[in-house]
Amino acid sequence: MRSVWALAAVAALSVLTTSTTTLAGEPKQGGILRMYHRDSPGNASIHEGATYSLNVPFMPVFNNLVIYKQDEPQNSLNNIVPELAESWAWINDNKTLTFKLRQGVKWHDGKPFTSADVKCTFDMLMGKSQQKFRQNPRKAWYNEVNDVATNGDFEVSFNLKRPQPSLLALLASGYTPIYPCHVSPSDMRTHPIGTGPFKFVEFKANESIKLTRNPDYWRKGRPYLDGIEFTIIPNRSTAILAFVAGKFDMTFPTHITIPLLKDVKSQAPNAICVVEPTNVSTNIIVNSSAPPFDNVDIRRAMALALDRKAFVSILFEGQADIGGTMLPPPQGLWGMPKDLLESIPGYGPDVNANREEAKKLMQKAGYGPDKHLPVKVSTRNLAEYRDPAVILIDQLKSIYIDGELDVVETANWFPKVARKDYMLGLNLTGNAVDDPDQSFYENYSCGSERNYTNYCNKEIEKLFDVQSQETDAGKRKKLVWDIDKKLQEDVARPIVFHARAGTCWQPYVKGVTVMSNSSYNGYRYQDVWMDK
Amino acid sequence: MFAYLVRRLFLMLVTLFGISIVIFFLLRIVPGNIVDILFAAAGYVDPADKANLEKELGIDQPLIVQYWHWISGFLRGDFGYSYVSEKPALQEILPRIPITARLAGLALLFSASIGIPLGVISAVKQGTKLDYALRVVSLSGLSLPSFWLGLLILTASVAMFGQMPIFNPNPQTWLEAFATYAVPAAAVGFRSAALTMRITRSSMLEVLRQDYIRTARAKGASDAAVNYHHALKNAILPVITVIGIEAAFLIGGLIVTETVFNIPGVARFLVEAIRWRDYPIVQNLVMFIAVVVVFANFTVDMLYAVFDPRIRYTD
Repeated sequence: MRSVWALAAVAALSVLTTSTTTLAGEPKQGGILRMYHRDSPGNASIHEGATYSLNVPFMPVFNNLVIYKQDEPQNSLNNIVPELAESWAWINDNKTLTFKLRQGVKWHDGKPFTSADVKCTFDMLMGKSQQKFRQNPRKAWYNEVNDVATNGDFEVSFNLKRPQPSLLALLASGYTPIYPCHVSPSDMRTHPIGTGPFKFVEFKANESIKLTRNPDYWRKGRPYLDGIEFTIIPNRSTAILAFVAGKFDMTFPTHITIPLLKDVKSQAPNAICVVEPTNVSTNIIVNSSAPPFDNVDIRRAMALALDRKAFVSILFEGQADIGGTMLPPPQGLWGMPKDLLESIPGYGPDVNANREEAKKLMQKAGYGPDKHLPVKVSTRNLAEYRDPAVILIDQLKSIYIDGELDVVETANWFPKVARKDYMLGLNLTGNAVDDPDQSFYENYSCGSERNYTNYCNKEIEKLFDVQSQETDAGKRKKLVWDIDKKLQEDVARPIVFHARAGTCWQPYVKGVTVMSNSSYNGYRYQDVWMDK
Repeated sequence: MFAYLVRRLFLMLVTLFGISIVIFFLLRIVPGNIVDILFAAAGYVDPADKANLEKELGIDQPLIVQYWHWISGFLRGDFGYSYVSEKPALQEILPRIPITARLAGLALLFSASIGIPLGVISAVKQGTKLDYALRVVSLSGLSLPSFWLGLLILTASVAMFGQMPIFNPNPQTWLEAFATYAVPAAAVGFRSAALTMRITRSSMLEVLRQDYIRTARAKGASDAAVNYHHALKNAILPVITVIGIEAAFLIGGLIVTETVFNIPGVARFLVEAIRWRDYPIVQNLVMFIAVVVVFANFTVDMLYAVFDPRIRYTD
């Protein structure tokens, strides 16, 4: 009898424990999420910017047609879910992408959302409307879109010039919100109106950004938070100290460098910190239109001299990734496997052997121990640019290249690069979407505005189109690997490493997912809640 | 005295006109403009979009036309729009002025209330252990950079009290409001206090050796009366000069403190505006600071005349 009672007691306890766990895991409504922001974004219009300083505070104001699942770290075509669209279908030999739109959705100013808003947004992005964005950095994303047509108020079709399966990936990015037709681009820069889970309240430059819960949000029960407040703190030390002191519930995403992460964990041991790739590559831009880097041997020698592991161990204590153009696996979907990567000149594990080969190439070009090649290594005056540039200069010394650091202020960096006023440049390239179409066309396509080195290889260009139209993911991946390998062999824009960074939050903040293959797509914040 | 006042006022206007030219043209000499920065941030340059934007902002016009637009607007009270936030420049600048003014005022108060008495004590107790100790304190005040001191205060606060004395935009009580400014004011005022203390000490030492001080003592005046009534009153002129210079310096020189303590004041805003080449903000803000500095100098000159009648008579 006693054992029966004991069993009953254990059962009761276990039920109690289970229910407590369930209760603790049950999302709670309310609370303001306090986060610091690393800098003051120039404006509030996501379509006119190209930094995730904009996406983090303003993505919660909007919805896309489709979006990457916000609770899965890895963005892929397989985890795209409808948002303002209810469903989509590829028709007409994969040349038309049709969306059925959600009904009853309202803009934050009370006006109804219809297919006209979708058409307006993409017409503006494609430069086809009367209203123009002041800047339109992702116009090239829609090069293959002929037009966007509406069929009634709740159906919209993207008619393409040729099949482009990855269009859906681009539409799912945090960079592709739907804007209202009835609000001008200039108003969207100062007071954005969206359909998203949070409404814009105010943006005080250099001070704060405030969002409040949208009580009429189409997704019932969301968001959990009453609001989000971003305090702009450009000084990293002050920001991190404030997080440690509990003034903030969360750090700015991917703002904690690997060396700083140790400090945070030692001072705030309860904080939850996650380190993920940012899908920002550090690379070298080479001016191959002028001596000395018009000589392919010198370009190859430079690529062979790189000791990528040294960069990673010095700057990231080993926690960064070595790869080609595409982010390496497992977080990256399209990166080359290790064995293929190591078969590319300069990526092999024997750095000394690589450098011996590099020295021979340099000697062939007329340089040696008695005749060094002086070069300027230009880079932006920001630590994440300067630090690797200094290591690069040190490494180039081993192959008779004497580098001199040329630090350029941000305002002058792109004009300088555009007029080819550099020899070597240390550059960072962020990828909004882990998809080859975005990366290849933007950075390596002939005539692309972001192809800073003007690398142009018509053969590779054809391969870009082949992979872009391939609907079989396995086949496409192999094509992408071949292209990536060729790009590295051509020293088109040698990739040094892919960075990783940390994000921390207090233990009572729940429902945060840090994306593992993009820093631009995971800030809707409708599933975040606070267990306080 | 009236002629002196008029002359000083005229000189002040000429100075401000000169400053306006220097501000305007220096800003244009710096390479890059807001359009370059916007495109740099977007990672591409589209020449047509760039030209459109330059036209929209009016920075494609000849410099002399741009200067005339600015200075005539400034004189009419039309300060233009911020290129970045697209809000009226005045709307951006005005709310920040009281924040910096409070911080600078509190720092000056700290500087004067600590620096002058300690300077007097140091002079009166010359050569004693107390004097040596105070001189060490003043030297350290001059040697420690305020950003370092600020960061040290923040780190110590977090480590020792788990608290972070950074800017609170919505203080509930006057005590909270005072606390918001007191710590950064102390961090920046420490250097200023050290300077005031050293000037007060050297000036007092010079005055204390004067015959009339010896006479006052011979007549039986108390130490306090001699030191504070007779000596300090005559030693205070250089101290006023230093405080005047410090007041002017503090308005524009609080950038580091405002950054470390995350205070949304004028100085930090100015640096951000320079970074963005936000000409309307930079020009108007620097002009405002120039006006403050010129007025501070003017006030110091007037105070000289009040404290030292010889200046009135000779001028």
